[in-house]
Amino acid sequence: MYTLAAPNKTDNRQNCDAYQDAMIELMKENPGIVHIDCDLMNCIHTERLKNAFPDRVFNAGIAEENAMGVACGMAATGLLPFVHTFGVFASRRILDQAYLSSGLSRLPVHVIGSDPGITAAFNGATHMTYEDCGIYMTIPNAVVLDPADYAQTYALTKKLADVQELSYMRLIRRAFKPVYEDGSDFEIGKGVLLKQGTDAVIIASGIMVCNALEAQSKLQGEGISASVIDMHTWRPLDEELVLREAVRTGCAVTAENHQVDCGLGSIVANLLIEKNPVPLERIGNHCRYGKAGPQDLLEKDYQMTAGDIVAAVHKAIARKQG
Amino acid sequence: MSELIQELNEFAAEIRLETLCIIASFGNGHIGGCMSIADALAVLYGDVMNYDPADPKKKERDWCVLSKGHAGPALYAALGLKGYFPVESAYHLNEFNSRFPSHTDRTLTPGVDLTTGSLGQGISEAAGAALGNRLQGIGSYVYVFVGDGEADEGEVWEAAQFAAHYKLDHLIALIDANGRQLDGTVDEVMSHGKGLHAKFEAFGWNVIEVADGNNTAEIRDALRKAKQTSGSPTALILHTVKGKGVSIVEASGVHSAKPNQEEWKIMLEEAERKLADVRGRKGGIE
Repeated sequence: MYTLAAPNKTDNRQNCDAYQDAMIELMKENPGIVHIDCDLMNCIHTERLKNAFPDRVFNAGIAEENAMGVACGMAATGLLPFVHTFGVFASRRILDQAYLSSGLSRLPVHVIGSDPGITAAFNGATHMTYEDCGIYMTIPNAVVLDPADYAQTYALTKKLADVQELSYMRLIRRAFKPVYEDGSDFEIGKGVLLKQGTDAVIIASGIMVCNALEAQSKLQGEGISASVIDMHTWRPLDEELVLREAVRTGCAVTAENHQVDCGLGSIVANLLIEKNPVPLERIGNHCRYGKAGPQDLLEKDYQMTAGDIVAAVHKAIARKQG
Repeated sequence: MSELIQELNEFAAEIRLETLCIIASFGNGHIGGCMSIADALAVLYGDVMNYDPADPKKKERDWCVLSKGHAGPALYAALGLKGYFPVESAYHLNEFNSRFPSHTDRTLTPGVDLTTGSLGQGISEAAGAALGNRLQGIGSYVYVFVGDGEADEGEVWEAAQFAAHYKLDHLIALIDANGRQLDGTVDEVMSHGKGLHAKFEAFGWNVIEVADGNNTAEIRDALRKAKQTSGSPTALILHTVKGKGVSIVEASGVHSAKPNQEEWKIMLEEAERKLADVRGRKGGIE
């Protein structure tokens, strides 16, 4: 169950506090949960956790590979570790540890990668990951999550306590426009059909859900009726929902804060080409490196705005008719 | 020589023979790196470690992690001889659907505590296990074998600083300093500056030299001292011989040996003879 926030609603809370709120509750409920950080506690307000559970929050220093290995060893003793670092390091730098020490070993560790894509903003190219989720998609059993806002980050973090496999979740750090009201609930592996239309389906995740809803509203003004799916879980993918809406509407647009060639656009393309090919347009980063700048200008530069989604829907519909 | 040491020497000779049988079932493998740690495995599984083959995942067990995961066959020999499974069942190394890959996998083999093979990862995992046990009030020890070649990996030193920082005194690393790695000697391929002793010491570890890392009595003494240490992890620098006890491999020093049939015959006969010798000496005492 979820409630959409009003389109003009703002939320000044830092999004990373949604993770902390959820973790404080989880660690109260489950003494086996621990948090390991890599000298980035201050960036996501982990001092709140550290103060509440000083014996179960560990700083591994700027040594991500070891942090992941340590987490896996702790998991082998029956604990459930959450590991945080910036998304760039949480994916590219520790792939081998995640793949073998957790994935192959069947030792559940939940990896939290902060500052996904353009939300890294002024931290620039070296700290801007557009491939983190794609990297985790290469690990056969990894659960991959891209939450949209505070309420969803909170809800999905809480759900991770029951996931007994490696997972990777993106974490937006800063305040962000709310899509949902607090108290909304989501299931890992179940996409959310936010709008049901007839002409096209927009499949979005993370910060792009917000833009997808804005695009849907603009399209409605033009007399175009679009479905919007919030696909917060990339794996396990809610294939049934994607196929149902793609078949019903006859064309699809994906929207992600990530490289489309290893991201949601590819996952959806793979599914559609195997099960039911329809015209597909993909919004996101098309094989470019990151760069520094304010998030709104980056969004324009990488052609990830609501207007870009509207244009992509027009294209997809035209291809359907052509 | 005490009766216990005699027994440990016999167990080590059994581990060597069974390791060869396991590797022979596939035809080639990491004989050198298995033989160099056979004596330390004999001391751990023959005397020092607390474990229950009937309950391999028992919470209050001591752990043994092969960060140098390619020595899997030597661990399988020790585990099989101690009753985790019939040792002959490991004579299927690397076979299709076998539970015995040459690199250890915790999901496949009873008694294998952690999955290793990508060098450097095992010592981090072992540090995590030591911390996880401590957090849960379990006083178990975690023994981790690290190769001197493996110590090229940066992750080894990330783990070393972590273990010292968190005062993981129930983590004991057995550094298999056999002096050789795949492309040649450790000194030729990638030397260790002021040496592994100095490096571990600089990282805040208690370091114990074991001049003959293939001598069960010396290993046992060093492990006893290690367990008396509190407030820091301990590294035993085991000065071992790659291929120890298998003359052909001792002479070649190769990382992954591919003996021909004649060589296999010689190696197995040598291992059988040495086992019989140890048993004969033990018989003499009795």
